[in-house]
Amino acid sequence: MQWETVIGLEVHAQLSTESKIFSGASTAFGAAPNAEACAVDLALPGVLPVLNRGAVERAIRFGLAVGAKINSPSIFARKNYFYPDLPKGYQISQYELPVVEGGHIQLQIVQDGKEQEKTVRLVRAHLEEDAGKSLHEDFHGMSGIDLNRAGTPLLEIVSEPDMRSSAEAVVYAKILHSLVRWIGICDGNMQEGSFRCDANVSVRPQGSDKLGTRCEIKNLNSFRFLEKAIDYEARRQIEILEDGGAIQQQTRLFDPEKGETRAMRSKEDAQDYRYFPDPDLLPLEISGSWIEEVKKALPELPQQMRNRFEHDYGLSMYDALALTADRDNSEYYEAVAEKLPFDPKLCANWVMGEVSAYLNNEGKSFDFCPLSPAQLAQLLLRIKDGTISGKIAKDVFRQMWAQVSAESISWKNRKGVDENLADRIIESQGLKQISDSNALEKLVQEVLTANPKSVEEFKAGKEKAFNALVGQVMKAAKGKANPAQVNEILRKKLTE
Amino acid sequence: MLNASLKQLSAMLAASKISSVELTGEFLKRSRALNPAYNAFITLDEETSLAQAQAADTLIASGRGQSLTGIPIAQKDIFCTKGWLTSCGSKMLSNFISPYDAHVIGRFNAAGAVNIGKTNMDEFAMGSSNETSFYGPVKNPWDTAAVPGGSSGGSACAVAARMAPAATGTDTGGSIRQPAALCGISGLKPTYGLVSRYGMIAFASSLDQAGPMAKSAEDLALMLNVMAGFDARDSTSLEREPEDYARDLEKPLEGLRIGLPREYFVKEIDEDVARAVEAAIGQYRKLGAKTVEVSLPNTKLSVPVYYVLAPAEASSNLSRFDGVRYGYRAPDYLDINDMYRKTRAQGFGAEVKRRILIGTYVLSHGYYDAYYIQAQKLRRLMAQDFAEAFKQCDIIMGPTSPTVAFNLGERSSDPVQMYLSDAYTIAVNLAGLPAMSIPVGFGHKNRPVGLHIIGNYFSEAQMLNVAHQYQLASDWHTRMPKE
Repeated sequence: MQWETVIGLEVHAQLSTESKIFSGASTAFGAAPNAEACAVDLALPGVLPVLNRGAVERAIRFGLAVGAKINSPSIFARKNYFYPDLPKGYQISQYELPVVEGGHIQLQIVQDGKEQEKTVRLVRAHLEEDAGKSLHEDFHGMSGIDLNRAGTPLLEIVSEPDMRSSAEAVVYAKILHSLVRWIGICDGNMQEGSFRCDANVSVRPQGSDKLGTRCEIKNLNSFRFLEKAIDYEARRQIEILEDGGAIQQQTRLFDPEKGETRAMRSKEDAQDYRYFPDPDLLPLEISGSWIEEVKKALPELPQQMRNRFEHDYGLSMYDALALTADRDNSEYYEAVAEKLPFDPKLCANWVMGEVSAYLNNEGKSFDFCPLSPAQLAQLLLRIKDGTISGKIAKDVFRQMWAQVSAESISWKNRKGVDENLADRIIESQGLKQISDSNALEKLVQEVLTANPKSVEEFKAGKEKAFNALVGQVMKAAKGKANPAQVNEILRKKLTE
Repeated sequence: MLNASLKQLSAMLAASKISSVELTGEFLKRSRALNPAYNAFITLDEETSLAQAQAADTLIASGRGQSLTGIPIAQKDIFCTKGWLTSCGSKMLSNFISPYDAHVIGRFNAAGAVNIGKTNMDEFAMGSSNETSFYGPVKNPWDTAAVPGGSSGGSACAVAARMAPAATGTDTGGSIRQPAALCGISGLKPTYGLVSRYGMIAFASSLDQAGPMAKSAEDLALMLNVMAGFDARDSTSLEREPEDYARDLEKPLEGLRIGLPREYFVKEIDEDVARAVEAAIGQYRKLGAKTVEVSLPNTKLSVPVYYVLAPAEASSNLSRFDGVRYGYRAPDYLDINDMYRKTRAQGFGAEVKRRILIGTYVLSHGYYDAYYIQAQKLRRLMAQDFAEAFKQCDIIMGPTSPTVAFNLGERSSDPVQMYLSDAYTIAVNLAGLPAMSIPVGFGHKNRPVGLHIIGNYFSEAQMLNVAHQYQLASDWHTRMPKE
């Protein structure tokens, strides 16, 4: 039988506020245990929560970016359960009325060279606080509790079960990941747990429209784990069904070392969280004017930008996707393309190619790229006007990179940038391409004279020998010969 | 001096007739002497109190004294007080020294008042007799065989026995007004949201409200001036212009319309209580007030509604007492769940456990709609009842409690009987209204009777005026129990 995998994701995005969702304590990562837990986070007797406006503003931003409804009022509720790193004995979350309802995410899927679009609907996104951390190592027979993370604001984004493969789930997660960074609500740092996924996975016979029993895999903190966990889980469920068994609704954990999921708890031991509206917090009212304000401040969204790149620049979906992976990237690209409007594709190739590779190598973002877009644009212009070849350009690029110092400020704010750096290097090292036909003809003739064997082979029909001769000419020209011209002259001379 | 009003004490301090150190010393001496018999205080800390008095004397000497500077105030042990044991009457917090001050404590500190000690209370404010305290019951100073009422029984006793000139209390279902009535003092529960709950250990968040307890309405007004005001740390705190609650004290009552709810004057009230309350209402007529009969048809539902909502919130509010971070932890346990079980089994008393169980039950899956949602709907109906009644009257009066103080042990084994002692006070909390109790005489066994005065939202100044005018014409509030 053919099986179809059905996947819905719940993503916890940590909101990038400076202070916690219900207290004034800092949300900075990496402080000494409990150094950033104030009286409210510790749930001392008598303390009360006060909602962080910045967290709400970020939730609104998200809602607008995915075309969702912003609920007003929305209600904060208490989710009651006991756990040592949950100081109040309840988590403040949203239950019946979340702040964001509905919305959708558009996926661009490039698979086997084919480009497809798909829409994933969102159920809701709600605000809640994170719990602390239990540390089970380092304390003989005891556990340590670190409440620094307790009260960190989270936006839980719940999708409909609209994905049909682990690959689609990964694309959805990546697009969402890019979106939350794009609109500046989450730093997306997956190692630090700022963006965590839970996957609801079920399988059903191909063609069926009934959902199978699902299992939820908790806390997947990398795209690779997400993919592996879903693949494993789908296979596990299919095997059970094919053996005539039934799926039990469970919460499962992924073990990255074994590449397996294992049961954590079943539906029968599901806790009764006794949700009820938190009497310490009033219903959250969001005015239309506030929503308008947030809307005005929203940047162009990646989806709109992708469409624009495809239409205005004639880029492929693949290129448009890569260039809009984050805002730094797209802004850099647009700054380059603005200076070279006649070849946006060349700009795209270089931004995604050399620049991206060098930045990756040094762990830098586009914003702090040592070469400014103007500097890069001049280099690309020299390729376009035939001053240098693409190959030489790579060498010039390497030298440019070596000459600029590391930058601690964004290229947007730099002063006194040497925009003629590329020209100076080309000039001082005499890298200008030889396009003078007389000079080239002379070079070619010298090579032909020195390599009679290759000439003979070519005349005997070996096309390879032609390439060898081109190589020799380029070598003699120290790479500066215009390749197209060399080709032309060589062929002419050989067939004379 | 024991019977002096706050205004008189303040004048004495300002005129250097007495220093705060002397005044505080006198009340401390008296509290030390009487406490073994009454058990009104959980903590007395002479050293800290006298240091505060010293600081107050400096303030007064430099001319920066305010109305309560240098005056000793007893604080209910529900308010977190930096450096003081803050037990909330529970074994669970019997080792909890608060690292911070509640908003109310901060206000009194800023006013230069002296904290004379932390008063005894029903455990986590759950009780109407002060018998649920881990620190033992408080005695009624009028008759030590009787309860002082609860949960602010320690504060009521301290003021009645003149161990402190005034005290703070909290009121979730009557916890200021009922003990005030049973101890023959004055007590005020303000409109919900008027006094910040920050640092006040939560029982039922949507009902809890702090307020003053004192000998007279005039004293209550001065206390409320210090306690009330917006606090950004409490999301239910109301942002309002500050007011002087003493501003209308002297207004005549001519033309005042007093609403008498038909449902309050029923056979459930003891005759002695009814007699004293009717006499007080007679006095009001003499002062120029008119009475009108009003109806609060859902009154009988207030106790069942309250005993769904308050335990529901309490069951969640008290989850933080888990032995992990502070407070009591069971000495021996096998694992984390065993630690929770034993800590909470040993750390909470029977009444607290009963309410946690009720609250957990009514919030459970499958029962939530039938209990919690239903109770919330009825709660709104009760608020509507009051709104209707206030169309016909300015103020509502009745008995604070259907009986005078009952004997210690008399109701402690019968929770339903105990819950009924708050039958008149609870609806006020459900509606979020302000209300007070003032002494209007004595009943059975010479035990005090309180008059319940319920005002419309934010009518504290008017209520205090109504109470003050009665107290100008009577002397019940100046009576002192024999030692």
